[in-house]
Amino acid sequence: MSYEELLTQTALADEQVIVMTAENRALVRNLPGILGKRFIDTGITEQTMIGAAAGLALRGRTPIVHALAAFLTMRAFEFVRTDLGIAGLPAKLSGFIPGLLSDANGPTHQAIEDVSIMRGIPNMTVFAPADEDDLVKMLPDVWQSPDPAYIRINTRKTTYNHATFEMGKAEVICTGIDVTILTYGLLFEQALIAVDMLKAEGLSVGLVNMRSLKPVDEEAILTVAASSQLLVTLEDHFVTGGLYTIVAEVLLKHQTTAKVLPMALNEKWFRPALLPDVLQHEGFTGKQIAETILGYQTAHQQPEILKPQFAE
Amino acid sequence: MQNTIEKELQEMALKVREHIVRMSTGGGCFTGASLSAVDLIVYLYSEFLNVNALNLYSPERDYLFLSKGHDVPALYGTLAELGLLQKDRLKNHLSLDDYIYWHPNTRIPGIEFHSGSLGHLPSIAVGVAMDIKISGGDNKVVCILGDGELNEGTCWEAMLVANAYKLDNLIFVVDRNQFQANARTEELIPLEPLADKFEAFGASVKRINGHDFNALSETFNAYPFEQGKVNVIIADTVRGKGLPSIQERADRWFCNFSAHEVEQLLLELHGNHYTQLTSETLVVR
Repeated sequence: MSYEELLTQTALADEQVIVMTAENRALVRNLPGILGKRFIDTGITEQTMIGAAAGLALRGRTPIVHALAAFLTMRAFEFVRTDLGIAGLPAKLSGFIPGLLSDANGPTHQAIEDVSIMRGIPNMTVFAPADEDDLVKMLPDVWQSPDPAYIRINTRKTTYNHATFEMGKAEVICTGIDVTILTYGLLFEQALIAVDMLKAEGLSVGLVNMRSLKPVDEEAILTVAASSQLLVTLEDHFVTGGLYTIVAEVLLKHQTTAKVLPMALNEKWFRPALLPDVLQHEGFTGKQIAETILGYQTAHQQPEILKPQFAE
Repeated sequence: MQNTIEKELQEMALKVREHIVRMSTGGGCFTGASLSAVDLIVYLYSEFLNVNALNLYSPERDYLFLSKGHDVPALYGTLAELGLLQKDRLKNHLSLDDYIYWHPNTRIPGIEFHSGSLGHLPSIAVGVAMDIKISGGDNKVVCILGDGELNEGTCWEAMLVANAYKLDNLIFVVDRNQFQANARTEELIPLEPLADKFEAFGASVKRINGHDFNALSETFNAYPFEQGKVNVIIADTVRGKGLPSIQERADRWFCNFSAHEVEQLLLELHGNHYTQLTSETLVVR
């Protein structure tokens, strides 16, 4: 099922759902005709859209709100924090083309601090699906929750069939003694490749999909910290405030430690280009991830990376 | 408006002003800023809005959004006079024992949304008005804006959206007291011709004396001014209205008077001589 099909089905089944966009219809092109007055496009006004979503939520509605992740989380940040966060209103924020998915758009469109700033808001929950299958598996629970939510929308199609979603739970893909990769979002695709390559090199490798970043699965982090020699946090986000920080916080909170290798964007925006080239340039292909972990070059071939569907 | 009603409103407004003066000590409050909106708020809650103790949480009620959060002492005073907030609680102003602080919050019955950060409630009012339209209700939505607040771009964004969605159930009221926090609006960021600006954004605009209960009644009762257009009322007001010694002074936006000065100012409210003020004014933002 696609994101738009799920949204259509949900909105048709629940009269309280309002679909909103700040003139960013990539994900919701067919909804105006289907939902009529329950589809609201406020124009290029991310801040006002968030305020209006709060007003609609005050009247008992569940607004599902669409904008580019960079503008939704940053231009409208104080509105998200003040109108939704302080009030604890259940608006659901669909942030489109987050992280490396903004590929050739350039730094203005790069949401690579979004996890950090959204999880910093009390009451706000944060989710980062690995692909469209993961996305549509998590959204029913996220949309039904009474909390405001930020979803790092990822509609890329992969062949991976994800486990059922549970709020606050990570998806353990496999376990390993030598190394465990913790990741979320787009890089899950490449992490799967890296895991295969590392296994081919003779390592015992684990992989965890950290799909629910807030609430986070502390138990899953503590378990792999205790059972693996090395943890790798892999994310298309600044190294500050994202998964590496979350893991550090959880370990310190429980007064434990682990060897952790962060793979993230270190104090820099990424070089804009088409996605396969961005991944290569920033060292985030599966092959490069495996090589970084091994510390030497492998003979493996990197599978082709599909270009994204949208170029907004 | 009947003379008796007008007199009652004037008496209530005077009591609200007394509450504000009493809150202007021991930490102080936005005295000058809130005194300009007293008559407006008293009129809205007493006469225009369908809001009372019985329907405070009903979806059928009318909504007042106080976007200019510095007016909140006027709202506390009005809610207290109407019995929605116990008068005793006003003594807890700024105390940890209560929730009566410098900006509005929803722990106070009758306050629909928190504010303080400017330019937020226009869009929230738009969302509520949108839902009333979608749901087919006939509730009124009023949002009070400060004139200085109009510097915030989101006020104008919300106006564009209100126009696009033909929200004639929404009334924006500008408390036009001619002052920003620390300066005259026309000297810092000029707003005039203000009515023309709102009209250019698609609103139907009326401009009145915001201290004249008859004008307020006549204007609000003419709502909606035009079918399919968002309503804007520019209420010309006076900062510090009722206290000549602080009236129209940029440096008396926020006041923290001594107990003695509060006693003097209460006399001044009732027509006695001007008060000699020595307390330093705090200019904060």
